[in-house]
Amino acid sequence: MTSSTPTSTIFLVLRRLRTPLIVLIIIFALSVLGLTLVPGPPDANGAIQRLSFFHAVYFFSYTATTIGFGEIPYAFSEQQRLWVTLSIYLSVIGWAYTLGTVFAMLQDKNFLNAVAVQRFARQVRRLREHFFLVCGYGETGRLICKALDELGYRAVVIEKDEAKVGDLELQSYSADMPALCADAGEPDTLLFAGLTSKYCRGVIALTNDDSTNLAVAIAARLLAPTLPALCRAEHADTVANMASFGTKHIINPFEKFGEYMALALHSPAAYHLLLWLTGLPGTTVTRHRDPPAGKWVLCGYGNFGKVMTQALENAALPVTIIDRAPPIDPSHTWIKGDGTGADALRAAGITDAVGIVAATANDVNNLSSVVTARELNPRLFTVLRQNHVSNRALFAAFESDFVMVPSEIVAHECLAILTTPLLAPFLDAVRRADDAWSQHLLDALTQRFGWDVPAVWSITVNIAQAPSIYRLLMRHEPLHLGQLLRTPVTDRPPLACSTLLLLREGDEPRLLPDAEQDIRLGDQLLLVGRESARKDLDLTLFNGHTLDFVLTGRDAPSGLIWEKLRSHT
Amino acid sequence: MNLEKVIFGFFIVFAATLNFGFFIGEIDNPSHHDIYELFAAIVVNLIATVLKFGDRTQIGAIHLATSLVADLQLLAAAMVWGYAVHVAGTGLSAGVMASIVSLSGGALFANVISVIILIAETIMQRR
Repeated sequence: MTSSTPTSTIFLVLRRLRTPLIVLIIIFALSVLGLTLVPGPPDANGAIQRLSFFHAVYFFSYTATTIGFGEIPYAFSEQQRLWVTLSIYLSVIGWAYTLGTVFAMLQDKNFLNAVAVQRFARQVRRLREHFFLVCGYGETGRLICKALDELGYRAVVIEKDEAKVGDLELQSYSADMPALCADAGEPDTLLFAGLTSKYCRGVIALTNDDSTNLAVAIAARLLAPTLPALCRAEHADTVANMASFGTKHIINPFEKFGEYMALALHSPAAYHLLLWLTGLPGTTVTRHRDPPAGKWVLCGYGNFGKVMTQALENAALPVTIIDRAPPIDPSHTWIKGDGTGADALRAAGITDAVGIVAATANDVNNLSSVVTARELNPRLFTVLRQNHVSNRALFAAFESDFVMVPSEIVAHECLAILTTPLLAPFLDAVRRADDAWSQHLLDALTQRFGWDVPAVWSITVNIAQAPSIYRLLMRHEPLHLGQLLRTPVTDRPPLACSTLLLLREGDEPRLLPDAEQDIRLGDQLLLVGRESARKDLDLTLFNGHTLDFVLTGRDAPSGLIWEKLRSHT
Repeated sequence: MNLEKVIFGFFIVFAATLNFGFFIGEIDNPSHHDIYELFAAIVVNLIATVLKFGDRTQIGAIHLATSLVADLQLLAAAMVWGYAVHVAGTGLSAGVMASIVSLSGGALFANVISVIILIAETIMQRR
C-alpha cells in the first residue's frame, strides 16, 4: 500500500503500539500493587511492614528495567521474594512483547515505505531552487539528470525499480537529487514530488511504459496546467491521446529520428547544424557521411521501420523491405525472410543498393544484418537501431554511419526544449531553409567554435534577466547588438558568441541579426557560443558598471563618493 | 455492538469514576482519601490514554488531550504524596492532603470533559 500519506505514519505506529503498551501498564500496575500488599519482614517492634507505593514503584522501576540495585529499603521477606520472582518474569514477557512489536514494525515494508515517502516529501518541500521532475530513471533519465546537473539545475526523480533508485544514489552528482521508489502514474506520488511546487520548472515523463507516461501527462495537465510537460510516447495511439488534451511536448524517438533522417536526406548541412546545436553538453559532434540517394534496403518493418520507410519514400528513394512476417503493406517491395542472412539480403538487391537500415528491436540481429550486408557491398551507408545503451561497445566498434539510440534522442530533445525554449523556432527555420544557407551557417559557426557541442542559451531583455540593460533602455538610450556582445576586458574584444535569433512581439522572427540590430525592451535573443562568453554576458546584463565599460571602454567611478566627485567636475 | 467501543467507553468512564471516588470527601482529611483508589485511578487513566492513541479525527485529538491532562494531574498528585511522606518527612498533613485532592480535582474535570465528548460522539452517531 503505497498510498499511505506521510502524516499517517505516526498514527500507524501509535495504533500498533496500543496493545503492547497496555500490556506493559497492566503488568507494571499489578506488580506494584502486589508489592504494596505482600507482608514484609517485621520491624523492631514486631509489627509487619509493608512497602509504600513510593518504594514499590522505585523498586519495580529498577527491577523491570533489569538494573537491579538489590532489595531496597530493607531485606525482603520470603513472601515478598515470591511475588517479586513472579513479577520479574511477567515484566520480561511484557518488554519482550513490546520490543518485538516495535522491531517488527521497523522491518515492515509498508512502514519503511511510509517513512521513505515522508523523507522524500520533506526533501522536496525544502528545495528552494528551481528543479525538474523526472519520472523514470532509465537510460534516458540518467542522461537527462546528468545533463541537468551539468547545467546547474536540480532534478527530483521518481522511479519504480528499486535497483535503479539505488544506482542514482551511487552516481556522484554535484547536487543532491531526491529520489523516490514509486509508481509515477499515481497523482499522489507526483504531488509529493513537488508537481505543484512553485519551484518546479517542468515535468519529464520518460518511463518505458506508455500508459504511465500518459498518466503523468494528464496529471500535469490538470494539476499544474502552466507547467511544461515533456512526455515520451512510442505508440501512435498514445501520441494521439496525449495530443488530445493538449500536452505540448510529445517526444516519439522513432518519429524524431525519422525527421532527422528526412532532414539529413533533404539537407545534410541543416542536419549537422541541428545535431551540433542540440548535442549533450560536454560531447563532440562527429561529421557524418551524408546519406546517398539511390536504392535502400530496410530490415524489420516495426514501429521504427515504418517511420524510416516513410522518410525514405518522402525523399523519393525506393525501399525494399525484409521482414519475417508476410507482406502487410502491398505498396512496398517486400521480401519475406531473415535480414541477418546473406540470401535474403541478396534477394533484396543489396549489391546494387546504396544504404541499409537495420530497424528491428533486437540489437544483435541489427548488427548481424549490417555486418553481413557490408561484406556483400562495402560501400553501403548503414543506419543502425541501438535498443540498449549497454551494447554501446559493439555499436562503436562497427562504425556505422548513423546510429539511432532512442534514449539519447529523447534526452537531446528534452534538454533542447527545457533549457532553451527559443531553439525550437530557430530549428524550424533551419528545417525550412535551403541547404546552401545551412551549409554557410554551419561552416561559419564550426570554424569559430569547433565541433564541440556549444553553449546555447536565451535571454529576455527585462528587469529580471537583464536589469542593467533594462535601466539603460528606460533612459531611452539606443543600444545595438554589436555594442553589447563584447568581453568586459581591456580592448573589449567581441564575445565568443553569435546571435541566432531575435524575437520581438508583433514582429517577424529575425534570423541571425547583425551587429547594427537595435535592442528594445522585451526582446528575446537566442545565442550560441562558448561557456565563458555566456558568463561574461551574464555579468554585463546584471552589472551596470560592467555594461558601462562594455559600451564606452572607460572604467566609470563606482561608489557613492567617487560618483559624486565625478558629477561635480 | 462493537467490542472495541465497549472497552473504550468502559475505560473512559471507569477512569472518571475512580477519580471521582478519590476526590469526594473533606478536602484536608486523609482518612477520606484512599491511596489505593488514587493508584487505580492513575493506572486506568494511563490505559485510557493509550487506547486513544492513533485516532486521526479532531474528536480523537481532543480525547487524547484531555486524557493527557488527567494523567499529568494525577501523577502530580501522586508525586506530592510521595514527596510529603518520604522526602520532606512532614507526613500527610492537612495542607498536603488538600493539595493532593485539589490536583485530583483538576484531573476529574478533564475526565468529565472526556466523558462528555464520549456522550456527544455517541449521540451524533446516526446508526
